[in-house]
Amino acid sequence: MIAFDVERIRQDFPILHQKVRGKPLVFLDSAATSQKPQAVIDAISNYYHAENANIHRGVYYLSEIATKAYEDTRVKIKETINANSIKEVVFVRGTTEGINLVASSYGRKNIREGDEIIISAMEHHSNIVPWQMLCEETGAKLRVIPINDDGELIVEEFEKLLNKKTKLAAVVHTSNSLGTINPVKRLIDMAHDQNVPVLIDGAQALPHGKIDVKKLGCDFFVFSGHKVFGPTGIGVLYGKEALLEKMPPYQGGGDMIKSVSFEKTLYNDLPYRFEAGTPDIAGVIGLGKALDYVAGIGYENIATYEHELLNYATAALSTIKPLKIIGAAREKAAVLSFVIDGIHPHDVGTILDRDGIAVRTGHHCTQPVMERFNVPATSRASLAFYNTKAEIDLLVKGLHNVINLMN
Amino acid sequence: MDDLRELYQQVILDHNKNPKNFGKIAAANRTAEGYNPLCGDRIDLYLQVEGDVIKDISFEGAGCAISKSSASVMTTVLKGKSAAEAEQLFKKFQKLITSEPGAEPDLKEMGKLAIFCGVREFPLRVKCAGLAWHTMAAALKNKNMAVSTE
Repeated sequence: MIAFDVERIRQDFPILHQKVRGKPLVFLDSAATSQKPQAVIDAISNYYHAENANIHRGVYYLSEIATKAYEDTRVKIKETINANSIKEVVFVRGTTEGINLVASSYGRKNIREGDEIIISAMEHHSNIVPWQMLCEETGAKLRVIPINDDGELIVEEFEKLLNKKTKLAAVVHTSNSLGTINPVKRLIDMAHDQNVPVLIDGAQALPHGKIDVKKLGCDFFVFSGHKVFGPTGIGVLYGKEALLEKMPPYQGGGDMIKSVSFEKTLYNDLPYRFEAGTPDIAGVIGLGKALDYVAGIGYENIATYEHELLNYATAALSTIKPLKIIGAAREKAAVLSFVIDGIHPHDVGTILDRDGIAVRTGHHCTQPVMERFNVPATSRASLAFYNTKAEIDLLVKGLHNVINLMN
Repeated sequence: MDDLRELYQQVILDHNKNPKNFGKIAAANRTAEGYNPLCGDRIDLYLQVEGDVIKDISFEGAGCAISKSSASVMTTVLKGKSAAEAEQLFKKFQKLITSEPGAEPDLKEMGKLAIFCGVREFPLRVKCAGLAWHTMAAALKNKNMAVSTE
């Protein structure tokens, strides 16, 4: 393996080379959204400069180019996540829309009063609320897998929750607020033993490691482009063809039809049936470039470097006495949620910002997790492969400054 | 650093650590709940209003130093004031914390509230400072309602 050259990688991210409030930017909020390499920015810019036309419609040159770029990306994603066919790759606005699509289409068709849906206690609100809405509408019941004090799922409890009434399990792969990487393969196998299909929220998974949906065996897998160094507003829903095939359309409109008359509309084939209207073509192209970029660095290199960074940061933060890290899972992504005795995270965030350090503060759209650990909010440093140990040192220095100022 | 010292000045830190009028009033006849979805700050406000006068006022809740100290200072300022006076002070306070950063602030008649002058340098924190006041205004208008900063 070639040594990981973080300084060279940082050169690819123009936004990192700026000063904010007179200090060099230290961006530690990649779990909220990641920064974009020049290649992605150029691809989007080039699309609007030279290739912009609507897809799947025109018979002219530009439309052909745009359609090819869009569909080539679908093939790339199919290969990246190892789906069986491009029919299984549906472009959506992001993880949130992907989950809503499944809840609305698959859920309404297959889930009835008295049925049960299982989620976990560490879900992002986007993997809670769509299911709650579905439960409200159908009379189904939401069941929740609890987590232990380290922020790990209690797998045995999942086994107990699974029963004949269970119609779906929707579980996060990697927690955005705790960093926990769940044993999703095991959970999927357990669910499948009871014929329960599984949706995996992969929003935080893809930025940190390779995903193989065939190996996982999941029925649905959803992720967002902007967390994996691509643009905002684009994401992917992977669904097994056999399931997608039987699902009613999510939205109606252009491109999702074969023919329309006032008497009868014939819906299009997969995956187009789920892509009504003109999609975010530039976003898809940008996402394709982002996946190329990540593949170029290598998923294994990224995982190894980030693991080293996480260990370094965990050790460094642990030296700060009144600070407590929330989430100590054995399998963990480079996310550090923490609280400081007597100092509210919002104050931590404001003071760090004056040092040019961007961390997220609040409940991270996981209010049940905050409740589980009995904190109103946390501060969170989430790392990507463009972060450095020197930046962790600046964070530690900044946190000492916070403690001095607030006491 | 200077604007941070201005924001987190000693009086604010003291109110944060030892808030005044913290807890429930048994005789409260107006209550409201304030919530800032951005950071999860939550405040419960209790008022005992007799005629037009705020006889007693207290709060409970969890929040950042700015929202907590703002609530604490507000309760000390409003005790004994009429509803109209409270409304008036709210307007002035709102004007102060949203005034142009860098410009000379109008601290006339602000009294203790002047310590929140530094908030205007931090636009993202204006909601924190205003939460208790919005909640108070809601409590005066209606009984038992929830307000949100969003």
